[in-house]
Amino acid sequence: MTPEASKRFLVFAPLAAFVFLSVFFYFALQLRETRGGDELTSALIDRPFPSFELSGLDNDMHDQSEFSTGQVTLVNVWGSWCPSCRYEHPFLTELVEAGVPLVGLNYKDTPAAAKDWLDYFGDIYQYHIQDQDGRLGVDLGVYGAPETFIVDGEGMIRYKRVGVVDQRVWDDQMKAVYLQYGGQLND
Amino acid sequence: MYPEFGLIALIFAGFLALLQSSLPLVGVRSKRPELIASAGPLSALVFLATLISYYYLTMSFMADDFSVAYVANNSNSLLPWYYKFSAVWGAHEGSMLLWVLVLVSWTLAVAVFSRGLQKDFRAVALASQGMLALGFILFLLFTSNPFERLLPFSAPEGSDLNPLLQDVGLIFHPPMLYMGYVGFSVAFSFALAALICGKLDPMWAKWLRPWTNIAWAFLTLGIALGSWWAYYELGWGGWWFWDPVENASLMPWIVGTALVHSLAVAEKRNLFQSWTVLLAILAFSLSLLGTFLVRSGVLTSVHAFASDPERGLYILIFLFVVIGGSLFLYGLRMADLKPTTGFEPLSAEAMLLVNNLLLILFVSVVLLGTLYPLLVESLGLQSVSVGPPYFNLFLVIIGAPLMLFMGLGQRMRWRRDELSRVIKSIPLPLIVSVVLALVFAWMLGSFKAGLVGALFLSIWVVSHLIEDLRAKYLSGGLLKTLKSLTWWGMVTAHLGIAVLAVGIGLSAALTESVDVRMQAGTKVELAGYEFEFDGVYQEPGPNYTATIAEVYVWKDGFPEAQLYPEKRRYLAGGDVLTEAGIDAGIGRDLFVSMGEPLEGGAWAVRIQVKPFIRWTWFGAILMSLGAVIGILDKRYRRVAGPKVSTSEASESNTKAAEATA
Repeated sequence: MTPEASKRFLVFAPLAAFVFLSVFFYFALQLRETRGGDELTSALIDRPFPSFELSGLDNDMHDQSEFSTGQVTLVNVWGSWCPSCRYEHPFLTELVEAGVPLVGLNYKDTPAAAKDWLDYFGDIYQYHIQDQDGRLGVDLGVYGAPETFIVDGEGMIRYKRVGVVDQRVWDDQMKAVYLQYGGQLND
Repeated sequence: MYPEFGLIALIFAGFLALLQSSLPLVGVRSKRPELIASAGPLSALVFLATLISYYYLTMSFMADDFSVAYVANNSNSLLPWYYKFSAVWGAHEGSMLLWVLVLVSWTLAVAVFSRGLQKDFRAVALASQGMLALGFILFLLFTSNPFERLLPFSAPEGSDLNPLLQDVGLIFHPPMLYMGYVGFSVAFSFALAALICGKLDPMWAKWLRPWTNIAWAFLTLGIALGSWWAYYELGWGGWWFWDPVENASLMPWIVGTALVHSLAVAEKRNLFQSWTVLLAILAFSLSLLGTFLVRSGVLTSVHAFASDPERGLYILIFLFVVIGGSLFLYGLRMADLKPTTGFEPLSAEAMLLVNNLLLILFVSVVLLGTLYPLLVESLGLQSVSVGPPYFNLFLVIIGAPLMLFMGLGQRMRWRRDELSRVIKSIPLPLIVSVVLALVFAWMLGSFKAGLVGALFLSIWVVSHLIEDLRAKYLSGGLLKTLKSLTWWGMVTAHLGIAVLAVGIGLSAALTESVDVRMQAGTKVELAGYEFEFDGVYQEPGPNYTATIAEVYVWKDGFPEAQLYPEKRRYLAGGDVLTEAGIDAGIGRDLFVSMGEPLEGGAWAVRIQVKPFIRWTWFGAILMSLGAVIGILDKRYRRVAGPKVSTSEASESNTKAAEATA
């Protein structure tokens, strides 16, 4: 390339980078749209919970068979590093108090930090699956914490929420799914 | 009728903005002075219409008009009046309206203070501001109308403002931030005007510097406020989370910092002109990008607005037109630009170029880390963890050389410095910094790398300033330097960086923290302080009930502080929020926050002693102060000052007076 031509190339480089970025954003937006707005629905809906065998924060081993015990369960993906998880914790506590079974998927976290976090905010979970390297997260299509799945009594994923679960999300969407698959709520 | 008036005013503002973005350009093209001169008055009218619209939205909140969907979703009759006032920008629609109001205010300010500029240039810049306003007003009208009614099914009561936003820090955080973000639009419009009119000279840079500095100062304060809020409200004692939305505000700040410095070179030495134009475009582009990321829902975050892909698509198209168009224009113009004279590798301008390159590297790293989850999702790649560790690593890798060069750069001469002089001036500050860093570390009782490193870098920056003063005193040039407010601004801002580095490094290395179970009478010892839990009591707030704990702190047997951490339960939504109890000090913060209630009247409590944490925000305040001091220099006053010479000037003056009256 002549110096003249390379300069011509250089001054258009920012534009090229930006166009590339825009195309990328466009597809990211489409992806979001085909998945139904900000309610990202997973390709795993109505599929069985992916198989795994991972140690829990209690050091017991856990696997997917624990979801096939006839009870609808909420699986909450969280990490001590995630500010939004702190935000949704009080509402999850209310759900647990109302009798909703909740299992934690401790995502990309260290056991020490996770335990500190639980000591502080309160451990409202039945148990925690430790997914330190995010492998199970990949199988679950986890996009970031917090995410919450509803898994029915046969271990099938019935719902996925990306982002914080609050009263509005619960009332508008999750409650119906939870009750539809036989979930119980005490008053 | 408030909402309808507001909507009509907004539609008017849209029409006026359309005129503002077209008439002056037509005027420039067809050389018709009356059209060129229309830019000023139209700016004032757009401002007036937007202000009226904003006023009516605020009135709808004040009057508890829950027939307006936006009010019903974000307010409540129990909300104190000041939160009703700030609830206007508590969610997407209203904060977008605030964004537009801030934009047209900046535009008006430009119109008022730019009368001394060449007329064509001014008309093009104001038309560009008009286009931005038009784009956002259309966005509001078509996708995010804050005045939408719920009629005939008006809500009996509002569902309350998000409790996280019911806080004094949060009243000021968004307006400050927007003043910064949107302030960069001035740099953007002047870059465009310079490209179109082919006027890239030191005057251009000199004129732009005050505007950029002020926008940057606001953005600095806005970010600091947000971080301070996160510190006491999120209840965890952290002050920066590298959350996507925090990053969205940090990216324009970093590029803005680069711009502030490259403008100095462009003004003093007539160098880096095309680079400066590019930075001006980039700084505002990143502000827009942040808007897209936050409001389209492509990223999840604690800050995320209720998102809507339709909005995302609109902003993306708008982004494409504005940024793509300006970068295209940039490419076209720059391809024909004659290269300016070169510069010496050992000079102030070379150092500022190093500063710019490091900052651009940093912004790329932050951008990559922020978009990474999106990338993974789109490409289905194997995931690698990106979180605070990634960002912190690069903050150190890029921040340390940045401060090393800053120390040297702030005393380097323009044009050309002598190698021997520079080399001779290094040993003394180096020795002083190493020795003092070690002495302070010894006094603090810790030799952690981060702590010693932060101390060294901060003292390095300060000692070079002192060495510079000494050298100037010996050569007799001291008085001239001390008279320059630009110099004082630079020193203040750089001291701010040093103070910030001390805050980051020392608080990270020395913070001590325990999570304990406490009930009335429990005593806990931490870092030489004794914390005594004296039980909890209930207290009703205006729209919440609080459980407040009393914690007494002793040091060496003497009372040191009383802390009252709270847990608030909001009545309308049932949300629970933590309010930390903090005793602030220059040397340390005592930080107590309440976790969960345990059986037997006990509570899970987190106690932290955080040395020097306050310095992070104090550093940010110094930085913005420096930016403001820098532009008080006489030579800027002459550019910005009133220069009533043309009829056009006095006309826009009276319009402006009307608008502000």
